[in-house]
Amino acid sequence: MGENIFTGIAAGLRTYLAGAGVPPLASEFIVMVVKLLAVIIFVSLNVVWLVYMERKVAAYIQCRIGPNRVGPKGLLQTVADVVKLLAKEIIIPRRVDKIVYLAAPVLVFVPPMMAFAVIPWGEGMAPIDLNIGVFYVLAVASLSTIIFWMGGWSSNNKYSLVGGMRVVAQMVSYELPLVLSLLGVIMLTGTLSITEIVNAQRGTWFIFAQPLAFLIYFIAGVSEVNRTPFDLVEGESEIIAGPYTEYSGMGYAMYMLAEYGSMMVISCMCTIMFLGGWLAPFGWTFLPSWFWFFIKVYAMIFIFMWIRWTYPRIRVDQLMGFGWKVLVPLSLANIFVTGVGMYIYRAIGW
Amino acid sequence: MEGIWMTAAFYLLAAIILGSALLVVLLKNIVHSVLWLAVCFVAMAGLFLTLDADFLAAVQVLVYAGAVCIMVVFGIMLIQRGDMGSTNLFNNQTKAAAGVVALVLAVCGYLAATTPWASPAAAVPENTVESIAEIMLSKYVIPFEVAAILLLVALVGAIFLAKEVKADARND
Repeated sequence: MGENIFTGIAAGLRTYLAGAGVPPLASEFIVMVVKLLAVIIFVSLNVVWLVYMERKVAAYIQCRIGPNRVGPKGLLQTVADVVKLLAKEIIIPRRVDKIVYLAAPVLVFVPPMMAFAVIPWGEGMAPIDLNIGVFYVLAVASLSTIIFWMGGWSSNNKYSLVGGMRVVAQMVSYELPLVLSLLGVIMLTGTLSITEIVNAQRGTWFIFAQPLAFLIYFIAGVSEVNRTPFDLVEGESEIIAGPYTEYSGMGYAMYMLAEYGSMMVISCMCTIMFLGGWLAPFGWTFLPSWFWFFIKVYAMIFIFMWIRWTYPRIRVDQLMGFGWKVLVPLSLANIFVTGVGMYIYRAIGW
Repeated sequence: MEGIWMTAAFYLLAAIILGSALLVVLLKNIVHSVLWLAVCFVAMAGLFLTLDADFLAAVQVLVYAGAVCIMVVFGIMLIQRGDMGSTNLFNNQTKAAAGVVALVLAVCGYLAATTPWASPAAAVPENTVESIAEIMLSKYVIPFEVAAILLLVALVGAIFLAKEVKADARND
């Protein structure tokens, strides 16, 4: 039921274009543009309601009600906020590096958006099915670091500069365990293709085969998107808002929306690599595959928010020590154990 | 049809690479140079894509645009000055540079002219990762391991230097 809604739309569009006499190459191009536009529009709108979800989760954790005035149950609150931010003046302080300062909030949304191009939203629903999908996501995500630093440096403000420096140090340190933890899964499946990794989880989800890798990936992911308890980058009590200090209006909003975009990328990758992607648990296929994918992604996002409103921020030295002295050795040990385990399994012939 | 698009993509990417590389060298502010260096690296990845080497393109983005530029950023942050306006000052040696560049161009041109460029008859394989891995761990295993040991030595050296500074600070 509803399984083929989206693939059906794509197939229908193809048949319509073929019927209208459009050459195959051009019609493939049009279908691709429609797919990517659909993903971009969905993600941009989705982050607006992720902010709403964050505020509601925070409210219930703190025994409040949260936004409830604009629209039914406050659902239009963040829409109103975005409209307000769009209308606000973008203030450019006098001694900023103008072009870099204005380019950073525009570019910051690009890496998460590019990562979404290979995310399979359901069975056969990846906009582009790359055979190096996992590696592509990691490569694209590594570009965000320099963009945050652009914002922090160009603001010409000491808080922004300290924030920018923290971004660089933190994101580079936690990228290592992030990548190494995924290696265990890649060793088990022997492929970098996202579709094949999901299909390899028909028997067991990799969260059961690689529990340590899942934990490391999740912790490093929280740090990569600069959220509590690793949000030193924007530690309000120390450096105001880090790299975003000087930004106003939509420039500031772009950073916030990009944070939610990256959080969604990490949640999607957790779902794909460890939680079986679009596969239904216990063979409960009465819900369509894309619906399962979204349930898992939003469950991961909820855990992100739960952690944010439960734990305090840690110190910079604790952050670095934890990353380099705990997460990196653990992820290396995980690779070693996975390799040895695979050989033992093969030797006893399971 | 596809040939025209590929040619157009090649010239566009080549123009971006050359333009951004020139800006890296000519700009006075080293921060702007780093940012243009990142643009240059990403455009190089695009060039790999036009050659159907998608794995190499991803490596280019991850290692060069994502990591090498960040290393330069670390360098800039650690030697921060009040005014970054004139930090990239090694670009006024025009005469010496012109000589070296002319020599490099001549060597490259000579090699390009004398190499018999054979384009492979077979189509590019869909999945290049496995073949790269096989070659790296069979035919080129010694250079691969030597590079790994070199990185390890650099890592140990960095840790040693950091430790040393700490011990001195405690003695004072």
